[in-house]
Amino acid sequence: MAEEIKTLSSQLAQDPDSLVFLRLGELLRMKGQLDAAQRVAVTGLDRHPHLPDAHDLFARILADKHDYERAFDEWDMALRIAPDHVGALKGLAFLYFKVGDLAQAAAHLEAAQRVAPADASIAQALAMARGGESAPSPTAPEEGEPVALPVSHAPAERAPPSPTPGAAQPLEEARVFAGLEGAQEGLLLLDAAGRVLGGALKDPGGKDVTDAVAAYLAGVSQEAARTAKLLALGRWTGVAAEGNGGHVHLTAPTGDALLLVVRDRAVPMGRLAIIAQRAAVAARRWLEKHA
Amino acid sequence: MTTAPANYTRALDLVTRVRGVRGAMLVSADDGIIVAEQLMEGIKGPAVAALAASLATRLRRAMEAAGVGASLFWHLQAEQGALLVVPTAGGTLVVAVAEPDVNVGLVRLELLRAGEVVG
Repeated sequence: MAEEIKTLSSQLAQDPDSLVFLRLGELLRMKGQLDAAQRVAVTGLDRHPHLPDAHDLFARILADKHDYERAFDEWDMALRIAPDHVGALKGLAFLYFKVGDLAQAAAHLEAAQRVAPADASIAQALAMARGGESAPSPTAPEEGEPVALPVSHAPAERAPPSPTPGAAQPLEEARVFAGLEGAQEGLLLLDAAGRVLGGALKDPGGKDVTDAVAAYLAGVSQEAARTAKLLALGRWTGVAAEGNGGHVHLTAPTGDALLLVVRDRAVPMGRLAIIAQRAAVAARRWLEKHA
Repeated sequence: MTTAPANYTRALDLVTRVRGVRGAMLVSADDGIIVAEQLMEGIKGPAVAALAASLATRLRRAMEAAGVGASLFWHLQAEQGALLVVPTAGGTLVVAVAEPDVNVGLVRLELLRAGEVVG
């Protein structure tokens, strides 16, 4: 392996546009040199931003570094570019497993199996998912067998399996914000009429306030648009607000939809804006699929 | 420019001296009427004040419904500029109209200071 890494490094130095970075990054990852692997992957992505395998590689490295949120983003991006990308489907299945969503994990593995029916590792992982055993790691060597999750992800720590895992739908069709931080209590997507399309909001006491907040948001959006127009500020892109008990960020992922992100005051406004951007990407994608 | 007490002028000065701020206003949150203003020519003060007050009211209701309490500062971001607002305890909105590349943190700070001056 060391010799191959040396050879590939040399090739990449001679031709920075070469796709050998994919193999080189993977070898470095397998060898546990995650920082070096990440540098190779990021440089490769800079040159090949639309290459799904590059996003898959970066996601594997991020998953190995336990940066699951960014790994989700990268696999999600790979799937946006190549909806049948087996590595990304397996990767997302792995992440769903980690959060205990066995139905989504199985759904993604089934999708992967449809693309690669001869891949024994997928069948094995699927059997594990349905049986409630440990999930395979998507970051295992491509040629290798699935690797069990760490002890900390033992079945006892996971949520109960869905009663109908076989009926689960892929991520995009099931939930707008699946996999995003705070998807169940701090993200809300509305249409122009204020109808809730996805997400939910709970107040600090745990009470569901989705409908109450939704009722006010359409008015906020209209006034934001009118104000921006009156001041000749162009299209409004967001409203960020600090409250004495939390922060909110409102944006319009499309012309006729609204997205609200709510977090407590410990989350800085800048971080909130990043969360909102990610949620907006997911929302746009979901809305496009359901247009 | 509206004639205003000296402390209002001082409050507005705090805000308008920040580079990138095109103007500032003190607006009655209840009825959207301008209390004092220092705006660059071309900005329709009364209309902006009314809309800012309306937006503030709706935003406050949404935030209270969400359980995050009253708004301390909010920022309308747009492609070519921004509106930044601090509501005061006394029912006044301190409003800044700014360029898109303004230092938001600095404007926020000065709006809060202006809010303390106004009360």
